Amino acid sequence: MEDRVYKVYRIKNGTVIDHIPQGKGHLVMKILKLHKEPSDNFIALGVNLKSKKGEFKDLVKIEDKELSEQEINKITLIAPKATMNIIRNGKITKKYKVKLPKNITGIMKCSNPNCVINNEHDVSTKFIMIQEHPLRVRCRYCERVMESKDIYVL
Amino acid sequence: MVKIDFKGKDIISIRDFSKEEILHILKTTERMEKENFSNLLNGKIMGSLFFEPSTRTRLSFGSAMNGLGGTVIGFSDPKQSSAAKGESLPDAMKITEGYCDVIVMRHYLEGAARLAAESANVPVINAGDGANQHPTQTFLDLYTILKYKKKLDGLTVGFLGDLKYGRTVHSLVHALAYFNVKLVFISPDSLRMPPDDLEELKKKGIGFKEIEKFNSHIKDLDVIYATRIQKERFPDQMDYEKVKDAFILDKSILKGAKKDLIILHPLPRVNELNYDLDDTENAVYFDQAKNGVPVRKALLALVLGKI
Ligand SMILES: [Zn+2]
Repeated sequence: MEDRVYKVYRIKNGTVIDHIPQGKGHLVMKILKLHKEPSDNFIALGVNLKSKKGEFKDLVKIEDKELSEQEINKITLIAPKATMNIIRNGKITKKYKVKLPKNITGIMKCSNPNCVINNEHDVSTKFIMIQEHPLRVRCRYCERVMESKDIYVL
Repeated sequence: MVKIDFKGKDIISIRDFSKEEILHILKTTERMEKENFSNLLNGKIMGSLFFEPSTRTRLSFGSAMNGLGGTVIGFSDPKQSSAAKGESLPDAMKITEGYCDVIVMRHYLEGAARLAAESANVPVINAGDGANQHPTQTFLDLYTILKYKKKLDGLTVGFLGDLKYGRTVHSLVHALAYFNVKLVFISPDSLRMPPDDLEELKKKGIGFKEIEKFNSHIKDLDVIYATRIQKERFPDQMDYEKVKDAFILDKSILKGAKKDLIILHPLPRVNELNYDLDDTENAVYFDQAKNGVPVRKALLALVLGKI
């Protein structure tokens, strides 16, 4: 157990995003713009970690950062079974599984080039969740149904 | 029972309607055909915005509005619209609502009607948004079936032709799924119903079959909804040549069919309905097109709160 913890540096305050599908960790970094914005925060990307169930997963640790609702929703789009661990004073104070709201606004693109939303400026995209696992959403405008593979996070 | 009130409502997609609402619209359509409402919409103005030309739909809406005593303003050529000058759709709607009591809109982009309805304070009726929805067509299809069959429950409905891209088919299938129907999908393999629509039918417990040829199934059908197969849908013209004749209807198919089978088609047709069918009692496609007027009358009167 101790081994597991120390494989990635232990943080005092911040967020640990666990159970990211294998190979999607770098996308989480990208969504949170961690690769872009200069900061002194400690950030760790764990790739190909083994879960307790023996499955491979990715993990992201960010020191001194708690995520906004929009950021969490964006991560959920690519990691629907992720777990959020909020760390304060070296302890997990909150741990929960991510969950998308029924109405998904402004965080993903519609894959239909002929959708009005891709042809007007200043209008947020809106999707309605029709199935959670595996994820299926319907564009409120063009009504196209999109699956995980069609999803592009904004 | 919940009171059904359409005043101020938008008519955007068949998905927005419950079974009770659909039946209420069909009942109102029947009244429009049978009673005289020639002054019902006196003083009301319909804004007719056709960002994409569609002469038949535009004339049908115009005839409906004029027939109820209302007036029509608008444009039928997208080049005359302010969008041609780069105006956003929400802005165009906010301005147009000042000129009229109801907006009828046809647009080449999918979802345009929904976006327009979010921006305008007057009701918006979708007269077709790209390949997505054309709800007044769906209501007139349903009304035609109801008019001839006196019921929607207990029918077996066959869909023929291009079931992959045919938006009229998808919307009508969605609406029929509210009723106790059996569906038969007859199409070439490459133009089958989209899996999403079939999944929806399964969830709702609607029985359906997918076949490539009529064979013995013709005898079960109460309704055939035929559509055009477009050559352009086939990457390989050889494939088109192979299937096209299997989806042409002529008088000979009636031999094995129920006497009171009705044949619908959203029109225009090319060659998929032989002219020898036109004089039969089974061919109802011209009356179907005519039913567009009472259906649109009903919707205009309902959203304006006049009936
Ligand atoms: Zn869309």
